[in-house]
Amino acid sequence: MLAAIAFYAFAAVLVASAAMVVTARNPVHSVLFLILAFFNAAGLFLIAGAEFLAMILVIVYVGAVAVLFLFVVMMLDVDFARLREGFQRYAPIGLVVGAVLFLELAFVLWAWSPAPEAAGLRLHPNPGAEVTNTEALARILYTDNVLLFQAAGIILLVAMIGAIVLTLRERPGTRRQDAAAQIARAPGETVVLRKVPTGAGLRVLGILRPPPAEEPKPLPEPEHHGHGEGRH
Amino acid sequence: MDAFLASPAGQAAITVGHALAILVPLLIAVAYVTWAERKVLAAMQLRKGPNVVGPFGLLQPFADALKGIFKETVIPTGANRLLFLLAPMITVTLALIAWAVIPVADGWAAADINVGVLYLFAISSLGVYGIIIAGWASNSKYAFLGALRSAAQMVSYEVSIGFVLVTVLLWAGSLNLNEIVRAQEKVWFFIPLFPMFVVFFVSALAETNRAPFDLPEGESELVAGFFVEYSTIGFTLFFLGEYANIVLMSALTTILFMGGWQPPLHVEPFTWIPGAVWFILKTAFFVFLFIWVRATFPRYRYDQLMRLGWKVFLPLSLFWLVVTAALLKLTGWLPA
Repeated sequence: MLAAIAFYAFAAVLVASAAMVVTARNPVHSVLFLILAFFNAAGLFLIAGAEFLAMILVIVYVGAVAVLFLFVVMMLDVDFARLREGFQRYAPIGLVVGAVLFLELAFVLWAWSPAPEAAGLRLHPNPGAEVTNTEALARILYTDNVLLFQAAGIILLVAMIGAIVLTLRERPGTRRQDAAAQIARAPGETVVLRKVPTGAGLRVLGILRPPPAEEPKPLPEPEHHGHGEGRH
Repeated sequence: MDAFLASPAGQAAITVGHALAILVPLLIAVAYVTWAERKVLAAMQLRKGPNVVGPFGLLQPFADALKGIFKETVIPTGANRLLFLLAPMITVTLALIAWAVIPVADGWAAADINVGVLYLFAISSLGVYGIIIAGWASNSKYAFLGALRSAAQMVSYEVSIGFVLVTVLLWAGSLNLNEIVRAQEKVWFFIPLFPMFVVFFVSALAETNRAPFDLPEGESELVAGFFVEYSTIGFTLFFLGEYANIVLMSALTTILFMGGWQPPLHVEPFTWIPGAVWFILKTAFFVFLFIWVRATFPRYRYDQLMRLGWKVFLPLSLFWLVVTAALLKLTGWLPA
């Protein structure tokens, strides 16, 4: 009873906020609605008893991915008038793509029926009461599917290295901080103690740099720009 | 009575009772953490600190809270009103709901869930939203710059916190916070995992935007950072959220590394003291460390902050994770 109410509440808010993601005028509001949708999806996972997936969804999508989305969208200087300018022109193409996708989904759902043994396991993600959800997931992931799991990890690693290689730009001539060199410096290398006789200037003794040979030029005479001529 | 407690209304009443039993002491504790911070900083700087309102200034936090509530609220003209008002509420709510899973003594948690560590990690990673929404909704340069800094900082340090958590989980063999504390009965995890303990504490400083990582506020260049436009109740809520997060991170350090409610030795004089008292004492010690760090270290520069997070803590925690896993596997100490 309570689970049913919670399910319909989460599902309704999920669908509504997903609709708002595409219809909201302000992109920042879109991203915030996307975050709300993620939350409600996590709630649905919780009701299904998949608490590990629910938490990972919040940590990965809400805690990291959506933050970066928000980060980028907030910094964009969005011109709302120009955003809606092309609507009339692109609407037919969008409608065609949407219709094709919708038809494909309909065909898939029509032809699809769950395996009889899987149908009995619906909403029972744990193999037994004695194993927690996390452990059950790990037993599948690290035994039967370990190669796929490792392959997914390697693909992500390659993508990450690729992104770094593509964006890393070493500009010559920039001054960088070398923390190790700074810490390794001893006081004896950098500080010099000198005896300065009374009355002798530091510049005269050659401790400070000599004054620049060329005196700085005096400021140019202010030119008359025509105003105030009448007063002469 | 038993029949009432078993009914839905009774269950709801029990849940509300649990929530109140956590929130009321927590809010009082937060009030006195603000007082303690001012007193400790004053003592370290040879001043007296608050000493006028009540004996030893003990009523100062309540006076400040009342002032914050009753002054006039100002909302900037260019602000996005809804999000502007929502941001401080998000911050405080997230800081408070995390406490649902914290075990104060053996089994004393409002919700003893299987994935307690992941829940806390999720909640702490959401904390960035209060700040980034506040910065954007204020429609002000300084607030926005503060929010951007904060987002980058919190996302960076979460990564190393995640690896530190995994290292602790390898020793404990469970995601349940109660189980993690029970696994520390023989030895507290800060002894075998000392480098990770240091990494976690420093990352906790960055995650709560505390000195020396308080760049999002950076009053010398950003006026007050993300909450520059907030006054009265909004400011009070951000303040409350920051200190509730400090207490939360201290409690989490206690649970993960310092044996939670466990006494230091399971012998006579130590076992007389109840577990909750040990937990509170340890948490108070870490809160004191937070304040001590603020009084001691100057603020990091932004590039140094990023370097520390990505080039020092991340490789270190990753390396220590591999070492720990190999050690536990080879010695057969891996918990079942």
